[in-house]
Amino acid sequence: MVQLLTPEGKFAPSASAEEFLPYFEKLTDADFRKFYTDMVTVRRYDTEATNLQRQGQLALWVPSHGQEGAQVGSAYATKDQDHIFPAYREHAIAHIRGVDLIELIRQFKGITHGGWNPFDPKHKNFHIYTLVIGSHALHSTGYAMGITLDGKTNTGTPDTDEAVIVYFGDGATSQGDVSEAFVFAASYQTPQVFFVQNNHWAISVPVSVQARVPLYLRGTGFGIPGTQIDGNDVFASYAVTAKHLEDARSGKGPSLIEAHTYRIGAHTSSDDPTKYRTDEELQGWIKKDPIARLETYLRESGADEKFFTSVHEQAADFAADIRRRAVELTAPGPESIFRSVYSEPHPVMEEQQAWLAAYDASFEEEA
Amino acid sequence: MSVQNLPLGKAINLGLREAMLADPTVVLMGEDIGTLGGVFRVTEGLKTEFGAHRVMDTPLAESGIVGTAIGLAMRGYRPVVEIQFDGFIFPAFDQITTQLAKLTFRHEGALSMPVVIRVPYGGHIGAVEHHQESPEAYFAHTAGLRLVSPSNPHDAYWMIQEAIASKDPVMFFEPKSRYWPKGDVDTSTSGFPLHASRVVREGTDVTIVGHGAMVSMILQAADIAASEGTSVEVIDLRSLSPIDYAPILTSVAKTGRLVVAQEAPGFVSLGSEIAATVHEKSFYLLEAPVLRVSGFDTPFPPAKQEAIYLPDADRILDAVDRAMKY
Repeated sequence: MVQLLTPEGKFAPSASAEEFLPYFEKLTDADFRKFYTDMVTVRRYDTEATNLQRQGQLALWVPSHGQEGAQVGSAYATKDQDHIFPAYREHAIAHIRGVDLIELIRQFKGITHGGWNPFDPKHKNFHIYTLVIGSHALHSTGYAMGITLDGKTNTGTPDTDEAVIVYFGDGATSQGDVSEAFVFAASYQTPQVFFVQNNHWAISVPVSVQARVPLYLRGTGFGIPGTQIDGNDVFASYAVTAKHLEDARSGKGPSLIEAHTYRIGAHTSSDDPTKYRTDEELQGWIKKDPIARLETYLRESGADEKFFTSVHEQAADFAADIRRRAVELTAPGPESIFRSVYSEPHPVMEEQQAWLAAYDASFEEEA
Repeated sequence: MSVQNLPLGKAINLGLREAMLADPTVVLMGEDIGTLGGVFRVTEGLKTEFGAHRVMDTPLAESGIVGTAIGLAMRGYRPVVEIQFDGFIFPAFDQITTQLAKLTFRHEGALSMPVVIRVPYGGHIGAVEHHQESPEAYFAHTAGLRLVSPSNPHDAYWMIQEAIASKDPVMFFEPKSRYWPKGDVDTSTSGFPLHASRVVREGTDVTIVGHGAMVSMILQAADIAASEGTSVEVIDLRSLSPIDYAPILTSVAKTGRLVVAQEAPGFVSLGSEIAATVHEKSFYLLEAPVLRVSGFDTPFPPAKQEAIYLPDADRILDAVDRAMKY
C-alpha cells in the first residue's frame, strides 16, 4: 500500500511510493495548506449538512466524514480539462472543482435531482451525482472513448491532453456496470482512472463479503493495472492519482486506484452503523484520520496556531453561510417538472402542464 | 422527386449513411455491426466507408453499449446503438430507463441526450426464444424517451435520419419481418414529421390502427374486408411515444369504430392506452367500444407456435366484425 504520510503525521514514504514521489515533490507548503483548508472546510460543511438533516431541512444527507484525504488529494491531481464522474459522496471534490456546495444541498433538500451544470466552465467538468450504484462508470468510459475519438490524448502538448476520473465505492465494484466499464475501457484503451474509495462498508455489508481479493487487483483480469493507497494519506492520494492521470492523458490507457479509507459516519442520515460495526473498529480508524495527520505534519513543518485558528474560522463561516442559504431554498413552481423532461417540445408535456395550470386555477376561481 | 425501390433494411442503411455523411459526430455502436454488417446486415458497408472509429464493433454487453453511448453523447457525439434482438435489450434496461431517459431532467435541461437505440423487434421470422418479442410498452412507460417504428422503406429511410437529428433519446423499433420486402423510397422528401401518425388507406366503416409489421397485416385485412363490403381506414402509428392522436380522432369521428392491432401482449400496452384515450376523447362519437387485437399475455411461444400467438388478418377481421355488430 502506497503511503507517504503515516497516521502519526510522519513523512515516511513506503517502498512502493518511490515511483510516485516525483509528483509529490512538485507540491509546496502552500499546497499542503490548501489541502488542509479544504479538508477542514468540507468536514465542517458535512457536519452542518448532517445537522440540517436532523433539523428537518434536508430529506437525506450522505456524510463524507473520514474520506477527505482520498478526495482532496485526488481532486488536486486533476487538471481543469479533465472530467470527473462522482458517485454521491464526493463533496470535497465538488468543492475543489468549483461547485458551490449549496448545489448539493439543493439535491438533498429535494429541490432537484441534479444541482449543477457540469459543462458550465465554473464547475470544471464535475459531473452530477448518480444514485444508481456504478451506472456512471459506463458514462465515464463512454466520455473517455470520446476523448480518444477526438484525439485529445498524447498530443505532444501534455498541458491540454485530457483524461477522465470516475469515483465509486467498494460496493459498486460488485455491479455489472463497473465490470462492463472495465471491459470497454480496456478494449478502447480509454484515458481514465477508476478511483475506488474503499470505505470498507457498503451500507451494512463489509467489503470482505464482496471481494476475495484486494480491490486494486480487480482490474488485473481486465488488463487494467491497479495501485493500492492509504486513502487517508492526502499526499499518497495526490501523488498516485497525478501519475495515473498523467499516464491516461499520455495514451497509456485506463488504470485503477484503490484508496483505503473509512466512512466514519453513517452511510446516509437514514442509516445506523452501530447495528453492524464495532466501536473498536471505528476508534481504530479515527486514529488514522486524514486531517489530524496532516495537521501534525504541518505543525512540525512550522505552521503556527494562527493558521489553524484562521482555517477553522473560515470553515465555520462557510458552514454558517451554507446554513443561511439552505434554509432559504425553496422548490420551483409546478412548471419545472415538465420543463426539462425532453430537450425538444413534447405534446404530452405541454398538455399535462396546461391541464395542471387549469386545475390549479380552478381553485382560485372558487375562492 | 427521386425514387428508389428498396427493402426496409437497406433503406435504414442508406439513412444511416446519409446521417453519417451529414454529421461527423454520428457514430454507430453495437455487436457485430462493423465487419459483419450486423446480423441483419443493416449496417453493411458502413465500417468500410467510415472506419472502425465511427462504426464500432463493441464488446458483447448491452448495458455497456448503452452506458458508453451516454458518455459519448455527453462528449458531443450522436451515438446510434444497435441492440441485436428485441429480447436482448433487458441487460440495458437500467441504463435506458434510469440514465438515458432521465439525464436531461436530472441536469435541469442543461444536457441533451441525442442517442438512438435501434431495436429489431417482432415475430414472423421463426426464430428462437428472445428473438421475436415486442417490448415497446416497457419503454413507452418511461418519461424522457421517444419511440418510433417505421412500417415501410420510405419511412425507415427518413425516420432514422430524423431520429438521429433529435436532441432527445429515440428508440427506433425496426420490424424485422419487414426488413426484406421492397418499397418505394422518395429520397427527396420525407413527407411527414417523425412523430406524426399517418392514414395509409382511407375508409368509412372502421378505423384500424397499428405500427411496424402489423401495418401490412392490417392492410391485408382491409383488402379482405373491402371484398366483403366493409370499408376500412388504416392508420400507421409511426410514433409510439408520443402518440399523434389527431389523425386517429379525426378518423374515429368519421367511422365511429376503432380497432387497435399489435404483436405485443395486450395487457398494459400501446393498444390499451390508445383504447382508453379514444374512449375519453371520442365517447359520444363511438358506435362500438374500441377493440384490441394483440399477442396473448403469455411468453412469446416457440417458433412452431408463433402463428397461434401472432394476430393475423383473420383475427383483425374478427375484431372488425365484432365492431360492426354493435
